[in-house]
Amino acid sequence: MKIVVCLKQTFDTEAKITINADGKINDQGVSLIMNPYDEFAVEEALRIKEKDGGEVTVISVGGAKAQDALRQALAMGADNAVLITPELEVMDEYATATILAKAIEGMEYDLILGGFRAIDDGSAQVAGRVAEILGLPVVNVVTKLEVADGKALATREIEGGSEVVEVPLPAVITAQKGLNEPRYPSMKGIMKAKKKPMDKKGLADLGLEPAAVAAKVTALSYFLPAPRAAGKIIPGEPAEAAVALARALREEAKII
Amino acid sequence: MIFKLTEEQELLQKTVRDFAREEVAPKAAEMDEKEEYDWSLWDKMAEMGLTGIPFPEDYGGAGMDNLSYAIAVEELSRVCASTGVLVSAHTSLCSWPIYQFGTEEQKQKYLVPLAEGTKIGALGLTEPSAGSDAGSVKLTAVPDGDEYVLNGTKIFITNGGRADIYVIIASTDKSRGHRGTAAFIVEKGTPGFTFGKKEHKMGIRASYTYELVFENCRVPKENMLGQDGQGFKIALATLDGGRIGIAAQALGIAQGAFDQALEYSKIREQFGKPISANQGLQWMLADMATRIEAARLLVYRAAYLKDNHQPYGKESAMAKLYASECAMWVTTKAVQIFGGYGYTREYPVERMMRDAKITEIYEGTSEVQRIVIAANLLK
Repeated sequence: MKIVVCLKQTFDTEAKITINADGKINDQGVSLIMNPYDEFAVEEALRIKEKDGGEVTVISVGGAKAQDALRQALAMGADNAVLITPELEVMDEYATATILAKAIEGMEYDLILGGFRAIDDGSAQVAGRVAEILGLPVVNVVTKLEVADGKALATREIEGGSEVVEVPLPAVITAQKGLNEPRYPSMKGIMKAKKKPMDKKGLADLGLEPAAVAAKVTALSYFLPAPRAAGKIIPGEPAEAAVALARALREEAKII
Repeated sequence: MIFKLTEEQELLQKTVRDFAREEVAPKAAEMDEKEEYDWSLWDKMAEMGLTGIPFPEDYGGAGMDNLSYAIAVEELSRVCASTGVLVSAHTSLCSWPIYQFGTEEQKQKYLVPLAEGTKIGALGLTEPSAGSDAGSVKLTAVPDGDEYVLNGTKIFITNGGRADIYVIIASTDKSRGHRGTAAFIVEKGTPGFTFGKKEHKMGIRASYTYELVFENCRVPKENMLGQDGQGFKIALATLDGGRIGIAAQALGIAQGAFDQALEYSKIREQFGKPISANQGLQWMLADMATRIEAARLLVYRAAYLKDNHQPYGKESAMAKLYASECAMWVTTKAVQIFGGYGYTREYPVERMMRDAKITEIYEGTSEVQRIVIAANLLK
């Protein structure tokens, strides 16, 4: 089984988000991690490899620092890593997906895995776009995956429950929390990772012109949400308090 | 001089930090309260390869360097000093002398399971009347045919009771003093080897500290580690390296306490503002952070020297001396910053302060460290 896992390096879940003087999100000195949903994808790929044999390639679009996330995946047990650094001022999901799809197109694969969304941009689009470009079926928010006889049996979350979907391989599957418990890299794994291939490519290596991956969506501005105000406790007898609460929800919070 | 970790060291640091935060930290308070270690943590550490970090892969180790080992002990100690000393005593005090002085047979039989973590190790050196005066051990080893017969007691043995393999320093010829000593590898369960008292301690309460009792305990001749007469020398060489592990533990304790105090100072409000808005507290935090960085550089440098096969006795003594005194000072300040809450067991800093004290005492008291440093300066 040849498995390709798309992963992204994101801000740490604990990182403080600030806007800098240029109105952009400040990334100086921010702690970076492998996107937690992508960790589930890497772990699942490794489990399939351990069960059925094969090879796991991890791929990421990012800057030089993304090598740390790729190296972590290699230390967990992935076999090869590919880093694509497009050196574009502005990227959007279309650009990322186009680049990933182009790189994956040149690889042999039976299965493509990824996290269902990244915890920084949170768009949940890239894997779906990659599937569309490559003409593959995609199943999202998967909490259980079985792969056999050229098919994948994926359990995915739906409103109020879950459904089991069968798709022929190759397919794109995105991981949801609960799919598995990712392993810690072992010390031996960390040492072995040093010797595994870490292929670095630019747009030219993929035969892509910058114009072909120009962002179609641009962010106009970034702003921080209003700081959370203190909660309000509504006193009184339940029946009266409920009336006061309903009024507050309608007139103050404006959510009903 | 390069003040940057390699990519592997950074990944190890992150991995152990994540493991410590997610798996060890949630258990630390309860283990301390009950004076009971949760051995499932040891199994997890063995699986990750944390139980034999600096030993070659041929002997079941991770094949990493001493700096990586020091970083691992530091990260574990940041959340649980008992876990830090468990790994440090096992690796530096038991596995290392076998690696350094053992025969190939001894290494295959003992070092491999120790490095793989299927067995736990300990060093039996200290006796009721032989602490700083480690050369005056009274436990005797008398040759008898194919065996040596051991008689005596050891106290304050870290990992005692639970460890499977013990390196015991014995007197083989009283008339020659410390030149009449030898080291032996003794397995738990050997007839004549039992455990006495379990110590109830101020800190590192989840670390098992036991008395070892030897009554006509017969040990095969092949279990002598190194040569007869080398026992004390082996012990001193072992402690030189063990010092780096303890220095790393102290550094971790200090860093952990500082992290807690820094966060708390930003949240706790008095007089309408966070206490960190007060210059007095800012200066306290600045001093704590600076001393911790100094300790870190001393510890990492000692490990670096060892990795580069350069003499490290003076530097490891400096690292242990400074890091342990730093840990005691920083944890005390941390409790101060937490105020009344810091004195309760609801918050972890009182445990860290109780844990810090022993780092000034074991594996060579601060006084002994000063003797070692001065001896190096005046030679």
